[in-house]
Amino acid sequence: MIGGLFIYNHKGEVLISRVYRDDIGREAVDAFRVNVIHARQQVRSPVSSIGRTSFFHVKRSNIWLCAVAKKNVSASLVFQFLYKMIEVMVSYFGKINEENIKNNFVLIYELLDELLDYGYPQNTDTGVLKTYITQQGVRAQTKEETTRITNQVTGQIAWRREGIKYRRNELFLDVIESVNLLMSPQGQVLSAHVSGRVRMKSYLSGMPECKFGINDKVVVDSRRGGGAGEASGGGGGKSGHIAIDDCQFHQCVKLSKFDTEHSISFIPPDGEFELMTYRTTKDISLPFRVIPLVRETGRSGMEVKVVVKSNFKPSLLAQKVEVRIPTPLNTSGVQVVCMKGRARYKASDNAIVWKIKRMGGMKELQLSAEIDMLSSTDKAKKWTRPPISMNFEVPFAPSGFKVRYLKVFESKLNYSDHDVIKWVRYIGKSGFYETRC
Amino acid sequence: VKDSMRGLAVFISDIRNCKSKEAEEKRINKELANIRSKFKGDKALDGYQKKKYVCKLLFIFLLGNDIDFGHMEAVNLLNSNKYTEKQIGYLFISVLISENNELMRLVQQNLKNDLASRNPVHVNLALECIANIGSKEMAEMFAPEIPKLLVMGDAGDTVKQSAALCLLKLFRTAPEMVPLGDWTSRVIHLLNDQHMGVVTAAVSLIEALVKRNPDDFKGCVSLSISRLARIVTSSYTDLQDYTYYFVPAPWLSVKLLRLLQNYPPPEDTTVRNRLAECLETILNKAVEPPKSKKVQHSNAKNAVLFEAISLIIHMDSDPSLLVRACSQLGQFLSNRETNLRYLALESMCLLATSEFSHDAVKRHQETVVTALKSERDVSVRQRAVDLLYAMCDRSNAEEIVGEMLTYLETADYSIRGELVLKIAILAEKYASDYTWYVDTILNLIRLAGDFVSEEVWYRVIQIVINREDVQAYAAKTVFEALEAPACHENMVKVGGYILGEFGNLIAGDARSSPSTQFQLLHGKFHLCSPPTRALLLSAYIKLVNLFPEIREDIIAVLESDANLRNSNVEIQQRASEYLSLARNSTQDVLATVLEEMPPFPERESSILAQLRKKKPAVEDAIRVRGEKQQQRPASGAADGAAASAAPIAATPASGGGGGVKLQGDIAGAESNTDSDLLGLDFGGSAPAAAAGGGGAGGGSVDLLSSILDVGVSSSSSSSAAPSAASGASAQRKTVVVGAGASGSIVGEENWHKFVCKNSGVLYENDILQVGVKCDYQQSSGRIVVYYGNKTPAPLAQFASVINLPDSSLTNQLGIQVKPVGDRVGASEQVNEVITVDCMAEFFACPLLNIRFVYSGVAQSITLKLPLTINKFMQSSEMDSATFFQHWKQLSQPEQECQKIFQAKFPMDAETTKTKILGFGFSLLSNIDSNPANFVGAGIVQTKSGNIGSLFRLEPNQQAQMYRLTVHSIKPGVSKRLCELLETQI
Repeated sequence: MIGGLFIYNHKGEVLISRVYRDDIGREAVDAFRVNVIHARQQVRSPVSSIGRTSFFHVKRSNIWLCAVAKKNVSASLVFQFLYKMIEVMVSYFGKINEENIKNNFVLIYELLDELLDYGYPQNTDTGVLKTYITQQGVRAQTKEETTRITNQVTGQIAWRREGIKYRRNELFLDVIESVNLLMSPQGQVLSAHVSGRVRMKSYLSGMPECKFGINDKVVVDSRRGGGAGEASGGGGGKSGHIAIDDCQFHQCVKLSKFDTEHSISFIPPDGEFELMTYRTTKDISLPFRVIPLVRETGRSGMEVKVVVKSNFKPSLLAQKVEVRIPTPLNTSGVQVVCMKGRARYKASDNAIVWKIKRMGGMKELQLSAEIDMLSSTDKAKKWTRPPISMNFEVPFAPSGFKVRYLKVFESKLNYSDHDVIKWVRYIGKSGFYETRC
Repeated sequence: VKDSMRGLAVFISDIRNCKSKEAEEKRINKELANIRSKFKGDKALDGYQKKKYVCKLLFIFLLGNDIDFGHMEAVNLLNSNKYTEKQIGYLFISVLISENNELMRLVQQNLKNDLASRNPVHVNLALECIANIGSKEMAEMFAPEIPKLLVMGDAGDTVKQSAALCLLKLFRTAPEMVPLGDWTSRVIHLLNDQHMGVVTAAVSLIEALVKRNPDDFKGCVSLSISRLARIVTSSYTDLQDYTYYFVPAPWLSVKLLRLLQNYPPPEDTTVRNRLAECLETILNKAVEPPKSKKVQHSNAKNAVLFEAISLIIHMDSDPSLLVRACSQLGQFLSNRETNLRYLALESMCLLATSEFSHDAVKRHQETVVTALKSERDVSVRQRAVDLLYAMCDRSNAEEIVGEMLTYLETADYSIRGELVLKIAILAEKYASDYTWYVDTILNLIRLAGDFVSEEVWYRVIQIVINREDVQAYAAKTVFEALEAPACHENMVKVGGYILGEFGNLIAGDARSSPSTQFQLLHGKFHLCSPPTRALLLSAYIKLVNLFPEIREDIIAVLESDANLRNSNVEIQQRASEYLSLARNSTQDVLATVLEEMPPFPERESSILAQLRKKKPAVEDAIRVRGEKQQQRPASGAADGAAASAAPIAATPASGGGGGVKLQGDIAGAESNTDSDLLGLDFGGSAPAAAAGGGGAGGGSVDLLSSILDVGVSSSSSSSAAPSAASGASAQRKTVVVGAGASGSIVGEENWHKFVCKNSGVLYENDILQVGVKCDYQQSSGRIVVYYGNKTPAPLAQFASVINLPDSSLTNQLGIQVKPVGDRVGASEQVNEVITVDCMAEFFACPLLNIRFVYSGVAQSITLKLPLTINKFMQSSEMDSATFFQHWKQLSQPEQECQKIFQAKFPMDAETTKTKILGFGFSLLSNIDSNPANFVGAGIVQTKSGNIGSLFRLEPNQQAQMYRLTVHSIKPGVSKRLCELLETQI
């Protein structure tokens, strides 16, 4: 299990150090600093083994989070925990940076006491943690309160306490997807996948039971075929059903029910949580297409023309569109002309950055640039053209993921499914969205 | 100042303020883009800006980024007349431009211009740049130029200084490029220069040049001595800039002293006295109270002092100086500074080898011994050991060896191996009493058995065997040592060997009765490695000879499955051989075979060589000095003589009546470890023994050779096998052909025997025995011819020539001979290796002509070499269908040969079979309808192709006749095979 947890700033100074097991000594702190943070070559592996000790690290902005274990632990468990911890810290004090961590170190130690016990992960649910770890200083808790917390934490439904009451029962559902793409210059898709998350904010009274329906092929087929999902094998896509490669649920989802009935039913925690994550690779509708045209005019010049086509319903509007065109390393000057938005040569990134605030569907925009280059003394080194990358946000799910229904049942209290106000929102974002040129 | 380059300062501080690596990278990218646009821009940049940007590039490069532009701008900067711009340009070039960049030409042109400049600053910059690049190309280009600058009358001091250093650098990269000419003599005069910097640079250069040809620079000796005298006698206030913590010009003094070490002491007495004065002054200064408490002061002072001492040691002529140096070093021995102690010990090691100061060094023995015991630093202890080794002589050997032995118990593992060797050498070299020697070495094995190399214990045995007076003592001591519950394997080896040889000498004592001895040895047997076990087995059989009463016990041990069926071939073979020897032979035979070892021939101790291998530098220094000392006819000859090998005289082994010797065991077992260490050579001694046995021809010889036959035929020692073969066939041979007249071929009968077999005696007369052993593989073969001298006088002008009687043979056979020496000593055997390649089929037979001079009479013998075509034939198996198919294919008249002849030997089917198989054919059964007939096939392999052959032999018992039919692809081959086979059956 996890032997210790350290947080370093970018210089390698230790901000937080919490040791859970005796097998981790002080020298482990230095070992990580010397061998990873200050390593001569950048360490790219998230797991490093130094002197029979494993170090698992995650980097957020300039902060290194590192879990240390002497035993053979499951790496995915450790990373899951680290990400969970980041989530918890973000929900407590916002962005993770050196200053925030320094300002909240008491809180962080408190959280670490709660999150891990003798190196074993305990409760990592923000909602629950917030009930007894607060930023309002030490509060004397009444006896009832302590028993309630104890009951809840040790009970069957640890993530929700009893007796929640709202005047307005409301439910927010966000489907957030990020599209990853690698395309050849000729427009051939080399690889593409979507990783999506379903985030939920629930403000519901009592202990409601929710049922969530999506257009996943397996779920839909089983429903239609009466429990046997073997009938339709290949004819997906058109019917509006998507093939989910793998998915993961929040602990509140009853997995036994998912296995037998393919239905997603759960008692939601109060407040914000991530209901599920999933990944698809088939039938992705790519929101943008980038068509690059590069022409080298002799040794000291280059012409680049980039066309961006939006490929979704004209009624929708993409936002925060940004195209990044890498320039050769010996660029000495750039002239850019673009139809819409702002394009600039950013020398510090060796790239032309083209920003478009809004872009409607089924549109086509063009940029052309002339690049001057300084002839290099070292001819052997040729510039390998890196791909053109894109950032954007679109108001639909590129995977075709749809929420079919979300029903709320609360038997004890007096409100029905119709009384709950539900909001659903789709956001498609770019992951690594790259086109080779 | 305008030159402050604000942009650069801002950039650097920006970089330093970057929070992360990414931010730094971004800043650098931005700056690079800026510089690129500036360089690309149409507006011409002025010198200042160019300098600034080149500086920035340099800084970015030093941060670890690649820079692939800006070189041109840097080269442009060289054209500027401003010092700073030129300087930055040169800096960039020496850091960034690679040797084979095309801009190098431009740079060289600029360098040339600057070298010719009147401004000394420019010349200096150019010189520095040349030295910094320091490539071969640079040397080629500028090495001829720079000496001119060096000796130019009006050149400034700084130019001279730089030129000397630049030339030194070029000389180091490409010594052959630096021409020597008349400037060399003028360089020497730089030693007289007013400017100390020039002198320092010049001394460095001269020292490098002197190494190449010292004669050209002889003049520098007196000059440097006078320069040294001036420095040494000056007070520290005289040389203001060159005084370092109150020491006047320490670097220059050290360099001068080092330069002088390249030459013998000056012959001119005034010069010599002057030098002696200088050295004396340096020694005097060392005694003066220090002028400063700073460590730099003492460091500088001691640096000069140590260099002076090494010069004193190098000259090795002035006893008073040497003794003073020694006493000075003695003071350092107890200094607090570890480095000083180390250096003192190191220098003392050299002093100890000098005849004048040896005694002075010896006075410090006690201090050194305490250093050995109490010193914390292992490298200093190591030096202390070296010094003890160096100062050891007959008078203090026992004491020093004793100290070293005590130290060995606690010594660091890293130096134990060397320490053991040193103890072993000292013990041997200065042993006046050999019981002491034996004690020491056994102690050594007991204390550090793992570090005792083979050579050390070989040497003990060698000495014990050669010295009769210690044998009994040695046997007693090893017996006692073996009584310890746990003893090292090396001890077991020594014990086994010595008890096997001299166990009888202590058998009288009831405590070490024969059976006790045997039980003691055998108690260790199971704990030992196979080589040791093998040695112990030999010791056992020796014990059988010494003590017949324990024969049964030993037979039981040899008989046990653990030995007789050991998976180790060596042990198994020894067990079985010794077993039959112990069981079957009479006491006489045993006594002959297992006789006591003859004394070893005396050689230089191989341990010394071992030590030299381990520590070449120091040992060589000591050795070289030792030799030098010996060459000198001076009085200290007593010590010099002691340095030569151990004073043991021994007669070489006599050849007569040798036998199986334990000696062979060691050599045989260790033959893979390159052991001519003990000075034994099994390969040489065994054949000699065998030949001797064959010559004597007594009753015991029968047995001896049969033992040899059994024992050695499968022996791992390859050199023993042929001797056995020749020894054995000496018994079988009955007809001896007398010495034939030169030219006529002799030994024809013997030759026929070789058609079907590969080894035996080809020829023998009263003087010479010629044995042959051959083996063939496919189309090539190796024939080893053994020449044994049967006479007690050497054969002189010995030579053997191979004649090819038929000129076509030269194309058919490729013969290479590794000739023998021109002398075969008395009762000696030499061998000659002939390699043969069969190019094509051949029918004639090469002749071997042997010439030698025996007791003043020239002799010549011509023999037919047993080399026939069937030697290259390999048997081949086939079924009857294939056989008949081939038979029919090869039925052309010239391919077929048939002969009907009278049987020459009794017609026995089994003998014939063996002969045919030996001939090279296969024997195929179930092919001929008549089972009495022989049918077979073979393939003659030559370089030019394979020749398939078939044969059929039909015996007729009534008529005692054979009919032989041979079919072969090549015409002639069938005929030849037919002829050859005919003679055999």
